Amino acid sequence: MKRNSLLRIFIAITLLVMPLLLAAMLSSKGLLSQLEARNVSPSWSHPFGTDWLGRDMLTRTMKGLALSIGVGTIASITSAIIAGCLGLMAATLGKTADRIITWLIDCFLSVPHLVLLLLIAFSIGGGIKGVIIAIAFTHWPSLARLLRAEILAMKSAQFVLVSKQLGKSSWWIATRHLLPHLLPQFIVGALLMFPHAILHEAALTFLGMGLSPHQPAIGIILSESMKFISAGMCWLALFPGLCLFFVVRSFDMLARSLYAFIDPNRLRH
Amino acid sequence: MRFTTLLFRQLLKLILLLACVSSVTFVLMSKSPIDPIQAYIGADILRVGEEQRVAIAEHWGLNDPPLQRFTAWFSSIVQGDLGTSMIYRQPVIDIIQEKFQSSISLLLIAWLLSGIIGFAAGIAAAMKRGTWLDRIIQWYCYALSSTPTFWAALLLLLIFTVWLPIFPVGLGAPVGVTTDQVTWLDRAYHMVLPAVTLSLTGISGIALHTREKMIEVLASDYILFARAKGEEGMRLVSRHGLRNILLPAITLQFASFSELFGGAVLIEQVFSYPGLGQATVEASTKGDVPLLMGIVLFSAVFVFVGNSIAEWTYRIVDPRIKEGYKLEA
Repeated sequence: MKRNSLLRIFIAITLLVMPLLLAAMLSSKGLLSQLEARNVSPSWSHPFGTDWLGRDMLTRTMKGLALSIGVGTIASITSAIIAGCLGLMAATLGKTADRIITWLIDCFLSVPHLVLLLLIAFSIGGGIKGVIIAIAFTHWPSLARLLRAEILAMKSAQFVLVSKQLGKSSWWIATRHLLPHLLPQFIVGALLMFPHAILHEAALTFLGMGLSPHQPAIGIILSESMKFISAGMCWLALFPGLCLFFVVRSFDMLARSLYAFIDPNRLRH
Repeated sequence: MRFTTLLFRQLLKLILLLACVSSVTFVLMSKSPIDPIQAYIGADILRVGEEQRVAIAEHWGLNDPPLQRFTAWFSSIVQGDLGTSMIYRQPVIDIIQEKFQSSISLLLIAWLLSGIIGFAAGIAAAMKRGTWLDRIIQWYCYALSSTPTFWAALLLLLIFTVWLPIFPVGLGAPVGVTTDQVTWLDRAYHMVLPAVTLSLTGISGIALHTREKMIEVLASDYILFARAKGEEGMRLVSRHGLRNILLPAITLQFASFSELFGGAVLIEQVFSYPGLGQATVEASTKGDVPLLMGIVLFSAVFVFVGNSIAEWTYRIVDPRIKEGYKLEA
């Protein structure tokens, strides 16, 4: 089991690092239009083909993926911090705070996520800034809810009560009992936000919120490809989407394998 | 707790939620750097003089303090007036109603499809646990949950309209036909592909959930006893398993209205289906503030209704929950 999940973690990390490396290595010359090489189907010199302006699709895809991973990282870190603070506050600051925070979480979850993203991105005025802020500040509710429930359950757990009776300080209990339980949950929860964040980034750019059409982003590539699909230029949609799928899938795999690795007991539940 | 108090509570919750959502929406909108006058006039902005701008701003009350604007806006919402859409030049309520009418059948079909397929797949996986069928279903569910919805839509579009031209490319009705000549058959034909695509997004959650619950049930003592009596296969499952897992599955399905709505936004964009999802995208990319606000409020109510139905089915069907609420109160 352990070796299996180690292998999976390794594969996932390789799959994630590859687009970043490729994006850094490929020169941005591929982003410029070369009118003599327009609409070329995949070949050795252009593995993913070229689009109607002669831009190399491999370069565009990899740069787009690098952007997605970057946005995903920012979003996960921000959302994880918010979730951590709110979850902790809800579980420790008493009933009123708990009610307010739970209600806040319910409110957040009661508007469709995509609509909320569009609303925030719009209120910031679109652009890459709008996309990043919208995604960073909307992925925390489910993790906050999970952490709150975990801490509340832990507070009345036998071993914590026994420690209290033995006269241990709350700091001691927090660092020795609560933290070792919560940290894996927190890390895995933050990692599991990545796939969502990346998919949402692609969705937002696909819908035309955000970047200008010259910048490489997976959503933009796919929304442009819509115009050429009926002409049979399937490579424009196929490969970029497939790459996005692999990135999302490997983040998911990474998080789950890490979970199994850190906490083998929980996997059975 | 009595039925009426519960209903009253639910209503209070909805009002609180709408108040919260509308005020947050208002704050976000008023912070937006997009100039509402420019968004309203569009390309003709160059022909509008400074005086006219001021006059429009005065007419809309854009120069009033935010609190006054909010109360004005809020009181008109309470009276059921959501303002006038800038891109359609019609009352927001009418537009939402019209667009939702064309979206509702799409949403409903996709919702039913994903529920039925997901439920069946979950049961099949649990019954054949550990076999290749189980593995395929699980793999498929995990793969589906990491597939970008709109990419799946693009692929289906590519396969079924370009390579195998069986379905129309998009839109809610055939091109070149007036509205009153469109038959429901045309509409249904145009809806197949979007509805199937939209149902794909919902399948994985319900299937994985059902599988897990079913495995739990199959490991229970009463199943062991039923097996000892000689029951097996579909009969065993339908007699002892289905009832136990149907309820949580239905609840989960009702609670998924939020994702359904989000999926519809993306899919209607790909298939250029003229529904509420497309209106959402248009409102946010073209800066139609009243319409966007109206849609945000509407979608909140939509999700709330789904969640409430989920809660109520549970409460009505499962007596244990009722007892639990009594104890809590």
